[in-house]
Amino acid sequence: MDQQKVIISVLGRDRVGIIATISNILADHNANIVDISQTILQDYFTMIMLVDVTHSPLEFNELKKRIAEAGDAIGMQVNVQNTEIFDYMHRI
Amino acid sequence: MIQTSVARQEIMETIRMVQMENLDIRTITMGISLRDCADPDAEKACQNIYDKITQKAEKLVSVGEEIESRYGIPIVNKRISVTPVSMVAESSKTKDYVPFAKALDRAAQAVGVNFIGGFSAMVQKGTTLGDENLLKSIPAALAETERVCSSINVASSKAGMNMDAINQMGHLIKKTAYQTKDRDSIGCAKLVVFCNVPEDNPFMAGAFHGVGEPEAVINVGISGPGVVRNAVLKHPEADFGELASVIKKTAFKITRAGELVGSVASETLGIPFGIIDLSLAPTPAVGDSVSDILEGMGLEQTGTHGTTAALAMLNDAVKKGGIMASSHVGGLSGAFIPVSEDAGMIEAVRAGTLTFDKLEAMTSVCSVGLDMIAIPGNTSAETISAIIADEMAIGMINRKTTAVRIIPVHGKELGDEAIFGGLLGSAPIMKVNGKKSDAFVKRGGRIPAPLQSFNN
Repeated sequence: MDQQKVIISVLGRDRVGIIATISNILADHNANIVDISQTILQDYFTMIMLVDVTHSPLEFNELKKRIAEAGDAIGMQVNVQNTEIFDYMHRI
Repeated sequence: MIQTSVARQEIMETIRMVQMENLDIRTITMGISLRDCADPDAEKACQNIYDKITQKAEKLVSVGEEIESRYGIPIVNKRISVTPVSMVAESSKTKDYVPFAKALDRAAQAVGVNFIGGFSAMVQKGTTLGDENLLKSIPAALAETERVCSSINVASSKAGMNMDAINQMGHLIKKTAYQTKDRDSIGCAKLVVFCNVPEDNPFMAGAFHGVGEPEAVINVGISGPGVVRNAVLKHPEADFGELASVIKKTAFKITRAGELVGSVASETLGIPFGIIDLSLAPTPAVGDSVSDILEGMGLEQTGTHGTTAALAMLNDAVKKGGIMASSHVGGLSGAFIPVSEDAGMIEAVRAGTLTFDKLEAMTSVCSVGLDMIAIPGNTSAETISAIIADEMAIGMINRKTTAVRIIPVHGKELGDEAIFGGLLGSAPIMKVNGKKSDAFVKRGGRIPAPLQSFNN
């Protein structure tokens, strides 16, 4: 099976437990964090995670929904997108 | 980031384009051939049409939504285009083609698409019996259906202009306006008159499935005026060479998103990928405006002197940027300037900066033409025909597609506004020239095809 990788981006005001919230859900559903980077610019937090979801038993939309709900609960905007879109738009 | 090889900054750029600059895929349009649906019994033919569309496009909407979710990029519309109905219905023993429009409408509703295009005919050189029947059925068809769009090609650079058909279109537009008078004559917003119509255009209301097309095909229309506008605004000091380059790079990225969506949709649905239409299609949403791009280049308001040059440069740069991003480009490809669907254009018309005549000039350098323009309801059919003739002449001579989608809003006059709702937006009524053109359009016959050389 091909590797399924997604980019999870999290945007919002900085607070305690953002990474923990998201990574807990990923761990619960067997999704592996491959890379993670974050910046904080004047209280504004952005985190980008590269996640391998190949072995997650959850269907993509379901995983996406759970992550987005968890993000909502802590007031963060979360996007989950297949990495292909970024490769397509930015690489020839 | 590793693996994807895409930098963090680029990831943020894509997210910003979608979240803040209204980047979207405007439409995935499935073209379906109805050539095998003809039958002497009209009822049987309509049933064939309904069955074929609902079977072919059964999964169009769900696949579109799945792609939207997977890549986090909105696909605003899923639509269908079909073989021009005049060709399919011609074999049936009936003169009334309204039931065909209703069959299309029902099929569109059944598969969940908001528009279906192809209540169309190609009459640039003359009309067949089927074309005649279709033309006469247009007003009732558009009044009695919700999703059906109609387009008529009345001119081409190779055939010239069919002035009899142009004359007839003025009357049909008036009649359509009257028959939908309780909804600000919205029927006319679903009716386009073309010169050099492309046969693979995914955008409504002018989409149909041309005769040279395969059994079924997926065409994608991209969008993204907001993204281009922001890119332009970031370079206030750039000269035009640099600015063209900025627009090209942006158009490239937008088009790549469309290419990905189109190829995945095609693969999932098992239907060949036709073309990407490289168009900047505005919406009434603030910031999603082609007019804003022109103003971003340094014009105080769209419609002032310099507007045509700005639009020419934008249109060309968008195409150059998009061409390399896709294997197959087609459709209309360029910047759309529909008045009612673009907040900046509406504002410019209200302010009196953008006039009918300037719009006509702009159409000589942009994609398509006089689009979604509301005019007084008492404008004569002959004046509307003359407006169409002018626009067709621009397309014919310049070997480009031009079109007219004009709405003589019943009961409204200068100073009023027409409200169509949704993506169709709203439009101030525009002033048209009051002098008559009746004797001119009534001459009839054909304006001969133009010379293709001595281009001065």
